Amino acid sequence: MGSFSWRPGVLAGLFFLAAGAAAAELRIGLSADVTTMDPHFVAAQPNLTAQQHVFDSLVRTDERSRPVPGIATWRTPDPLTWEFTLRKGVKFHDGSELTTGDVVFSLERPFTITGSPGGFQTYVRPIVAKEIVDRYTVRLKTAAPYGALLQDLAEVMIVSKQAAAKATGEDFDKGRAAVGTGPYRLVRFARGDRIELARHEEYWGGRLPWDRLTLLILPADPVRTAALLSGQIDAIEHVPTADIARLRKNTAFRLEQTVSWRTIFLHVDQGRDRPPGVLSKAGKPLDRNPFKDLRVRQAMSKAINRPAIAERVMEGLALPAANVVSPSVFGHDPAVKPDAYDPGGAKKLLAEAGYPDGFAVTLATPNNRYINDEQVAQTVAQMFSRIGIATKVEAMPLSVYFGRARNKDFGVALLGWGSRAADLSLRSLTAIPDAEKGYGAWNWGGYANPGLDEMVAQSLGTVDPVKREALARGASALAAREVAIIPLHYQVVTWAMRKGLTYSARTDEFTFAHHFKPQ
Amino acid sequence: MLSFALRRLLQSVIVLLIMSGLVFAGVYAIGNPIDILINPQADQAEIAAATKALGLDQPLWRQYWNFIAGAFAGDLGRSFAANTPAAALIFERMPATIELALAAMVMAVALGIPLGLVAGLKAESWIGRTIMAGSILGFSLPTFWVGLMLIMVFSVWLGWLPPTGRGQVVMVLGLPVSFLTRDGLLHLFMPALNLALFQLSLLIRLTRAGTREALAQDYVRFARAKGLSMSHVLRVHVLKNVLIPVVTVTGLEFGSLIAFAIVTETIFAWPGMGKLLIDSINVLDRPVIVAYLLIIVLLFVLINLLVDLAYTALDPRVRLAGRST
Repeated sequence: MGSFSWRPGVLAGLFFLAAGAAAAELRIGLSADVTTMDPHFVAAQPNLTAQQHVFDSLVRTDERSRPVPGIATWRTPDPLTWEFTLRKGVKFHDGSELTTGDVVFSLERPFTITGSPGGFQTYVRPIVAKEIVDRYTVRLKTAAPYGALLQDLAEVMIVSKQAAAKATGEDFDKGRAAVGTGPYRLVRFARGDRIELARHEEYWGGRLPWDRLTLLILPADPVRTAALLSGQIDAIEHVPTADIARLRKNTAFRLEQTVSWRTIFLHVDQGRDRPPGVLSKAGKPLDRNPFKDLRVRQAMSKAINRPAIAERVMEGLALPAANVVSPSVFGHDPAVKPDAYDPGGAKKLLAEAGYPDGFAVTLATPNNRYINDEQVAQTVAQMFSRIGIATKVEAMPLSVYFGRARNKDFGVALLGWGSRAADLSLRSLTAIPDAEKGYGAWNWGGYANPGLDEMVAQSLGTVDPVKREALARGASALAAREVAIIPLHYQVVTWAMRKGLTYSARTDEFTFAHHFKPQ
Repeated sequence: MLSFALRRLLQSVIVLLIMSGLVFAGVYAIGNPIDILINPQADQAEIAAATKALGLDQPLWRQYWNFIAGAFAGDLGRSFAANTPAAALIFERMPATIELALAAMVMAVALGIPLGLVAGLKAESWIGRTIMAGSILGFSLPTFWVGLMLIMVFSVWLGWLPPTGRGQVVMVLGLPVSFLTRDGLLHLFMPALNLALFQLSLLIRLTRAGTREALAQDYVRFARAKGLSMSHVLRVHVLKNVLIPVVTVTGLEFGSLIAFAIVTETIFAWPGMGKLLIDSINVLDRPVIVAYLLIIVLLFVLINLLVDLAYTALDPRVRLAGRST
């Protein structure tokens, strides 16, 4: 099986496809390792990317990450009940029909997984009862109204009860248990190397243009680009920033871009009296925490020249941010605009807050997680220093960074967050930490505003999507006014492919073969 | 002989114990895998439950004790990220790395010794100088850069070779190998060459130095004076003496080839153990990291043992310590 040679025969290949001939293969280079094909083991995006080819979720999401009907439609007879009606004739790869028994089994399976470092329980915990009405209808009950259930269910893939009932992780990796209703069936999972799939001929979503699909694991940036340039593969995800300009000029390739759901922002420690690394310029502890003063946070936000970061540091791969979620995401309030760059105003605010001479902070950042993360932090540090907040950057690999952040080692810390909804984001990022309610698990800054939490709770507790979005926008706007976090930019995500292909770029950064189309 | 092997074994067990302890503590000091692998939407209770499920809530000494107890029972733990026994994960990937390292070694030996001989015999000629200049490049250019250049030239510009991945594999004695298929060989060539480059240069220099030294020896001159042909002298007198350090270095360097295949594997997306290690370090998948290093140390011990044995076969003057006692 040679590489799909397209350069001499691109036209011939297209005729081939147009004629509906079967022998076509699509090869996609993925940017991160897929650790297992068990869709309920660890909720890591690279794994979900591969698994979503094999399995469907009860709820699918469109390019803007909004819930849309897929294998099921839904309605809410009352705020505590979600009734899902399965599409008739949805076939698993083994030929059996999808029923509500498989759905209920799949929604319970996350609780039976042992030894997982980060499972899927969080998505199914709100469901307190599952009632099978008939072969195609199931009612899910929540204890309290919960509007984000659809977004949560979009993450939980439906497996075949018969195939997965006693399956281990190895059974999924070997393909015995990896029986789904998705567009492709698993042929071979070669960990760290590739995932070979074949078209599911009875796929409910219609006929797909490629009968074979190979997902290659190519985490090294230059290698991914080289594989595309050489014609070994047809498309890549997460195009390295350095290669975008070159690929754009090359007429043999096309790029597809969209705003990602990932917001890059700063957590500033406004909870404790003595946040680490926040000192006077002489290195003495300050008598109070300056970040507790809204004016200081506003000054910091005004000090940042976001367009410059987006244009220069991010080489155009970012949009200035104001909301906790990016423009395409549910609950983004378009009325909230990014703070304009205003160092003069920032200095004035600092002086009003009692820091005419500024102070010193340490800004912590990962250096291998987000696009140009360390350079962004260095730039922000210089901008802070310009208004008198002398800023030192402490950069480290993600494996060290997250642990230290959770230990509250940082006064100012950079983080990126992708979420399907603003209220979900705020629940994790700015809510007062409360293990009972499950709020504030990532509130590194210690921002505390019961009023905002109340709005988030109200939004999450609203089942009607239109009303919920209005509430989520209100919460997002309040967080922005209060500078609960300091948003920097929304990342832009890029795919590159050979000419003759199109991709409907997804805001959630997922790469799905079934979203590629011959032009 | 037996006592020699036994002593080696005992030494290696001690090495393994010390190393596993160091790695364990090291990974522990870096951070908590839960922080990286946790579902971002998980709440505090779920984070605590996941920590407990992996045994990470226990004190470090107890975690280590559990690991050692498991290891002696033949269980190196389950990968946090892959939901698979760590040892199985490594053995699944090992054939690819061994194949790559062997291919690189064969390339290095097959090219290095003849080139070194030529360079030694014709040290002052342009060919000898060219070979030496080439070997300096092989030494000094960083592997990742050479790898990328190889890909640029042979895959992107010329389109002769596939840039990444392992080609078609066939099962031989239950092991997947790729050098028996055309597709496999095409995929193997560039990464093996890239990995071989350093060893190749090393062997050229070693062989050249050994050849020049041997040529100046009395026994060589005597053999020539006796009227033996140059090729006979080379084969019997020169090469045999040159080979002693070459065998040592090749053997020892084979271990390095395996251990340092990481860079080449990363560049060529070769699905070997090294790539597994990098991925595991990124998510602090401790069982895999520890198991990998244990297995590498074992490999080194084994290779050293084989080198010592090969040594005695080549040079009867060398006695294994322990044989005489």
